Amino acid sequence: MSDSEKKKPNRRDFIVTATTAAGAVGVGAVVWPLVDQMNPDASVKALASTEVDISAVEPGQSITVLWRGKPVFIKRRTQDEIDSARAVDLSELKHPEKDEDRAKNPEWLVMLGVCTHLGCVPLNDKGDYGAWFCPCHGSHYDTSGRIRKGPAPTNMEVPKYEFVNSNTIKIG
Amino acid sequence: MSDHEYTPKSKVGKWFNDRLPLLTLANHLTDYPTPKNLNYWWTFGGILTFCLITQIITGIVLGMHYVAHADLAFQSVEHIMRDVNYGWLIRYVHANGASMFFLAVYIHIFRSLYYGSYKSPREVIWIIGMLIYFLMMATAFMGYVLPWGQMSFWGATVITNLFSAIPLVGESITNWLWGGYSVDNPTLTRFFSLHYLFPFLILGLVVLHIWALHVPGNNNPIGIDIKKPSKDTVPFHPYIVIKDAFALLIFLLIFAFFVFFSPNILGHADNYIEANPLVTPAHIVPEWYLLPFYAILRSVPDKLLGVIAMFAAIFVLVILPWLDTSKVRSTVFRPIYKQFYWFLVADVLILGYVGAMPAEGLYLLIARVATAYYFAHFLIILPFLGMKEKTTPLPLSITEPVLGGSADMAIARNNSDFKEKL
Repeated sequence: MSDSEKKKPNRRDFIVTATTAAGAVGVGAVVWPLVDQMNPDASVKALASTEVDISAVEPGQSITVLWRGKPVFIKRRTQDEIDSARAVDLSELKHPEKDEDRAKNPEWLVMLGVCTHLGCVPLNDKGDYGAWFCPCHGSHYDTSGRIRKGPAPTNMEVPKYEFVNSNTIKIG
Repeated sequence: MSDHEYTPKSKVGKWFNDRLPLLTLANHLTDYPTPKNLNYWWTFGGILTFCLITQIITGIVLGMHYVAHADLAFQSVEHIMRDVNYGWLIRYVHANGASMFFLAVYIHIFRSLYYGSYKSPREVIWIIGMLIYFLMMATAFMGYVLPWGQMSFWGATVITNLFSAIPLVGESITNWLWGGYSVDNPTLTRFFSLHYLFPFLILGLVVLHIWALHVPGNNNPIGIDIKKPSKDTVPFHPYIVIKDAFALLIFLLIFAFFVFFSPNILGHADNYIEANPLVTPAHIVPEWYLLPFYAILRSVPDKLLGVIAMFAAIFVLVILPWLDTSKVRSTVFRPIYKQFYWFLVADVLILGYVGAMPAEGLYLLIARVATAYYFAHFLIILPFLGMKEKTTPLPLSITEPVLGGSADMAIARNNSDFKEKL
């Protein structure tokens, strides 16, 4: 057999390649449902947004609501807290974010009450900055929920939310 | 098993194989000498292994979403069907997979009956197989209870009440099975636990079944002992692997037809009604694969004797290797048994049919005749036929009829040309 004959694909090569390709698609089509079934299902996705009545929250108070199985802090900040959050120079911050960007309505701070280190729920009115302190590994957050000291890498996350009216916030 | 000692080529392979001979096992399974005349009825062993693995994988997935509680089970199954990503597909594969599993196991069993695969030296393979079959029925029954529909509930009630037929201790046993005074939440949770356990017991028995098979090697359509390895055998890989794979593909086409085009045709509409302990459905029947035994149960007018007859119908299969006295394995060489074999096939199909019909009038009469014939086949016909039947001559080897150039064994044997080739 000459070299050129060896290289030329014959009918068997075609059948082997076609069968392997079809088999790979088939295996993929079987494996994907088995993997995807572990993703959030329709009933979980249906709970993706929640509406909160905030009419009873006084200045300085904070409420915690459950959204997607996680706590969301809704804090009605006092003027002092707003001022101290806005006075911070961005260069001091580990994760520089302006308070104006985190709280569109300065009186209301809405954020996921989940420490960005390993997922514990920080305590309110604690820590070096008089705001939030995570008891698990000692992360200190300021009155804007920004990380100031400790192992957490980023600020507490601000979820998508909107004011439906002056008394109601829709999260998600 | 393999006649030659296997040594891995690579140093690492040899090092590992000296400590755990997995490569020797892989080599044995690859080279395993298989009779070269195996027909497509022999591909169901591989198909059944596939069915078991499919049921285990889809079952583990369903177990991630199912809730075993009398108040929540029915809802959680609907949740799987409507909310879980591809939950409908996985549940339909599991539910129809049970039917396909039984379809394959019945073909596998009747193949064994036709070619005498249960006879010496393969009795232990057969008995392990019957244990697997029995566990399959128990697993399928408990699985059918889990959706907690009307058929689940009343099927569970009827089957567990079978044990109440036992004299003196019957009631205590049923209460023990139920964990109460009726089928209820404790029954559901223990059924879920056992339904999860049993497939792994089956898997263990399948390993023993295959191990026991690999000691004498496969039976074959001619049913004669063959020398291994020889001209009469081919290595398992690639010959049997490819043949099994092709048969599996055809089987999967049928499987897929049920899953995608008629996923509920083998079930009962009543099972989409949540279990209600106050109302029994008008017509209650088990899944199709249990119908012959259900017909035997109902054909006996006495409660205890009916239950005994039903279990005896399975037990008689277990002792089959000693009931069939014929030394010739394959039905090919047993002209009279061949007819009785097909009578038995028809008898079991008839039992299945009348099992699905109301137990009254002509149906009941047919069920009684068919039940009597079922037992007569194993207890009377087989023992006597084996002693009386004149069998046709067996070939000396699988290749004999081919080499002799004639399908007639007598001519082939006298053919001098053939004798030289042998």
